[in-house]
Amino acid sequence: MGVGIEVRGLNAWYGKNQSLNSIDMSVPANHVTAVIGPSGCGKSTFVRCLNRMHETIPDARAEGSVKVGEMDVYGSGSDPVDVRRRIGMVFQKPNPFPTMSIFDNVAAGLKLNGFRNRKQLNELVERSLKLAALWEEVKDNLHKKSGASLSGGQQQRLCIARALAVEPEVLLMDEPASALDPISTSKIEELIFQLKQHYTVVIVTHNMQQAARVAELTGFFLMGSLIEYDKTEKIFTTPADKRTEDYVTGRFG
Amino acid sequence: MSDNVDPMNSPGPMEGLPKPVTAMPTLAKIDAGRHGGKPSAALEKIRTSYPGSSRIPDEVFRWIIVLSAVSVFVIVVLVVWELVDKSRLSLHQFGLHFFYGHDWDPNNDSFGAMPFIYGTLVSSFLALLLAVPLSVGVAVYITEMCPQRLRAIISFLVELLAAIPSVIYGLWGIFVLAPLLRDYVEPFLAKTLGWTGLFTGPMYGLGMLAAGIILAIMVVPVIASITREVMTAVPQNQREAVLALGATRWEMIRMGVLRNARIGIVGGVILGLGRALGETMAVTMVIGNRPEVAKSLFAPGYTMASVIANEFTEATGDMYLSALVEIGLALFIVTLIVNALARLLVWSITGGVARPSA
Amino acid sequence: MPPSTSQAVSLWRRLTDWGATGFAILAAILVLVPLLAIFAYLVIKGVGSVNWAFLTQTPKPPGETGGGMANGIVGTGIILAVASVIGVPLGIGSGIYLAEYGRNRFGDVIRFTADVLNGVPSIVVGITVYSLIVIRQKHFSAFSGGVALGIMMIPTVARATEEMLLMVPNVIREAAYGLGIPKWRTTLSITLRTASAGVITGCMLAFARVAGETAPLLFTAFGNQFWNLKLNQPTAALSLQVYTYAISPYDDWHKQAWAGSLILILLIVGAVAAVRITTSRGMMKGS
Repeated sequence: MGVGIEVRGLNAWYGKNQSLNSIDMSVPANHVTAVIGPSGCGKSTFVRCLNRMHETIPDARAEGSVKVGEMDVYGSGSDPVDVRRRIGMVFQKPNPFPTMSIFDNVAAGLKLNGFRNRKQLNELVERSLKLAALWEEVKDNLHKKSGASLSGGQQQRLCIARALAVEPEVLLMDEPASALDPISTSKIEELIFQLKQHYTVVIVTHNMQQAARVAELTGFFLMGSLIEYDKTEKIFTTPADKRTEDYVTGRFG
Repeated sequence: MSDNVDPMNSPGPMEGLPKPVTAMPTLAKIDAGRHGGKPSAALEKIRTSYPGSSRIPDEVFRWIIVLSAVSVFVIVVLVVWELVDKSRLSLHQFGLHFFYGHDWDPNNDSFGAMPFIYGTLVSSFLALLLAVPLSVGVAVYITEMCPQRLRAIISFLVELLAAIPSVIYGLWGIFVLAPLLRDYVEPFLAKTLGWTGLFTGPMYGLGMLAAGIILAIMVVPVIASITREVMTAVPQNQREAVLALGATRWEMIRMGVLRNARIGIVGGVILGLGRALGETMAVTMVIGNRPEVAKSLFAPGYTMASVIANEFTEATGDMYLSALVEIGLALFIVTLIVNALARLLVWSITGGVARPSA
Repeated sequence: MPPSTSQAVSLWRRLTDWGATGFAILAAILVLVPLLAIFAYLVIKGVGSVNWAFLTQTPKPPGETGGGMANGIVGTGIILAVASVIGVPLGIGSGIYLAEYGRNRFGDVIRFTADVLNGVPSIVVGITVYSLIVIRQKHFSAFSGGVALGIMMIPTVARATEEMLLMVPNVIREAAYGLGIPKWRTTLSITLRTASAGVITGCMLAFARVAGETAPLLFTAFGNQFWNLKLNQPTAALSLQVYTYAISPYDDWHKQAWAGSLILILLIVGAVAAVRITTSRGMMKGS
C-alpha cells in the first residue's frame, strides 16, 4: 500500500541559483498527483528532491522537510540509499540496462538488496512485470532478450517493473511518456491508473491533457514556486490563481 | 563601350563568361553526398563550373595528397618486406624450432628464441596484472569520485606518465627501483611468499620483477585513458537508473558504468598489452639480460625487444643478424594482432575513431 | 520488502562502498607516486650535474670525469629536425587525404595502415631503417635516425590532422566553393588554416613523443663521442647518451645520465605544456 508525502518548506538550489522556493505540499496516499508547469519551473527538480536524486548533481542541494509516510527524507539519520530504494523513479527517456537481459533488468534492484534465492527472484520478477503490464509480452524471452531490444513503450514498462520490484511506497514519474508514441503513451496512462491502487504516484508532465486524464490532484509550478494545488478538475476548469488560468488556457508556456 | 547598345539584342552582361550554376542545391544534398563519400553531383557541378584555370592545380594537389597517404602504406609494406627479407636465412634454417628452442648460441650459429618469448610474455603479463587494477582504479577515481577541481590536474599528471621517455624510466629503474627491490621488497616477498617458487633465488633487484613493475607504470596511462574515455561515454541516465533503485555509489559505478563500459575496458587492456610487448629501453635496462627461462621473478630474463637492442650492432655473421631480424618479425606480428584486436574492441564502444594513446 | 529503517542498507554494502572508494584513492596515489619520484630524482640528481661544462662540452673518454653532452643536445636537435621535415609534411598530407579525399574504402585502408604503423614497436622501425638505409649507405647517420623518428611521427600527425579537419564545419568549405575557390586552395588556405591550432598541437605531441625515443636510434644514428653536424655521419643524441651512460660502470657518467635526462624531460614537458596552454586558451576553432 502507498503512503502519503508531506512536504514543508522545501528549498532547492543549483549552485547559487535557487530553483525551488519554500514548497508546501501534501500528497495523499494511493492517489495520482500531477505536477505541471512551463519549462524551467522546477517541477522536475521538485520531484527529484523527493527521492534525494537532486543532490547527485554537483553543487546541487536541497533543504526542508519531506516526510514520506514515517520516513523523514532529509532527517539527520536518513540514508539517501535507503530513501531511493523506498521511493521509486521512472525517467523521461527509458533507460533499461543494455548489457542485461529483461529478467536481470527487473532483478537488478533486488540483487542489490541482497536477494539471491532463485525462486524468490523468479516470483518477484514475474510479479513486477505483471504489475507493469509487460509480463505477457516478454515471459517467453526473459533471459534471452536484452533490456534494450524492446520497443520504446515496452522499455518504459520494463523500467517501471524494475522500479516496482524493490517494493517502493511511492512511485515518481518524470514525464514518463513524453518520449513515446501515442499508443504506448495511452498504455502507460492506463498502467498509472492501475498502479495507484498499490502505490502513491507523483507524475511530472508538460502535457495538460495527460494530467487531466490520469491525475486526481494537480500542482501548478511557476518559477520555482507552487502556485496552486487542488483537484485536477478545479485546476483546469476554475483555477483560483490568474497565472494558473493563463497556463492551462495556453496563454503561455 | 558605346551607349547605343540595344538591350533586346545585345549580349547580356553575363554572356561570354562560363555559365554559373543557377539553382543552389540544398545543403542537405551536399551533406548527403559528402557522407556518401563521393562528392554530390551538386558539389561536382560547382567545382567544375569554372573550368580551366583551377583544374590542373587541383589535380596536382590531389596527387600530392594521395601520394602522402600512399607513403604511409608504402612504409608499412617496406617494414614487412625488410623484416621478411632479412630474416629469410634464419626462417629457412630453423623453421618452427626457432620459437621453442632454448638455445641462443651465436658462437655456434644456433638460435632458439624461447627465452626471449618467455621473457616478453612474462614481463608483459606481470605488468598487466599490476597495471589493470591500478588503471581502472585511477579511472574510476577520476571520473566518478574526484572533486571537480582536482580532476584536470590528476588526469594531466597521469597523462604525463606517458610522456616520460623509456630511457628515463630505465635510468630510474636501475638507480632507484632496483635497489629498493633488492633491499626491501624482495626480501619481504621471499619471506612471505617464497613458498610459491616465484620469489626465490638471489636478489639482484634487477630482473623480471623490476621489468614487470616498470612496464606496469608505463602501461597504466594507456589503460587508464581508454577506460576513462569509455566510462565517460556511458550516458548519465544509466547512472541515475541505478541510483534510483537505491544503490550505493560503488554499486552505481559497478552496475551502471563499468558494466556498460567493460568491452571498451578490455580493449584498453589489450592496447596496454600491445604497448608492453614492444617496450624496449626501460625493460632492457632493468631485466638483467640473461637468456634463461626461470620460474622465480627475482631471476634475470631477456625479452625479444631487448635482445635486438643489445645484440643487433654486435651481430657478426649473417645468420646471427637474420635470427635477430626474425625475432623482430615475430614481435611485429604479435603486436599487430594485439593492437588490431584492441582497436576493434574500443571502436565498438566509442562508436568511431579512438584517439591514439600518447 | 517491508519498509525499513536506516540500518537497512546492510553493513556489507556500506563496507564495499567504502572499500571501493579507498581502493580507488589508493590507486590514484600509487600511480602518481612513481611520477613524483621520477621527477624528484631527476631534479635532485640532475640539477647538480647540469653546469656550463655539461652543456658545452663533449664526452671525455671513459673513466675520466668531466665533459658533457653538448654534442648530444645538438645531435638530438639535428635528428629531430630531419624527423620533422619527413614526419610533418607526410603526416599532414595523409591527414588531409583522410579528411578531404578519403571518405571511402581506400581511405579506410590508409587509416588502418596508419594505425598499424602507430603500433609498430620502435625497435622494429629501427631494424627497417637500418635495413633500408644504413646497410645501403654502409654507415650510420643522423639522416637515417631522422628518417626512423620521422616515420614514427607520421601516424600521430595524420590522426590529429584528420580529426581537426573533420571538425571544421562543412559550410565553410561550401562557402569557399560557392565563391569559386578551387579545392586545393580551399583545403590549404581555409580549411587547414581553421584547423591549424589543433594540427600544430598534433605535430608538437608527435614531436614530444619521438624526442625521447632511443631504440630506433640504436642502429641508425648510433651515437658519437664527438661533434658531428653532418647528416651522413653517426651522430650523438641525448637519449642515446643517457642510455650509454646509465648502463656504464662509471659514477660520473651516472651523474651525467641524470643531467641529460633532466634536459630531455624539460624539452618534452615543455612541448606538452605548450600544447596544453595553446589548447586551453581556446585557440581550437571548429564546431
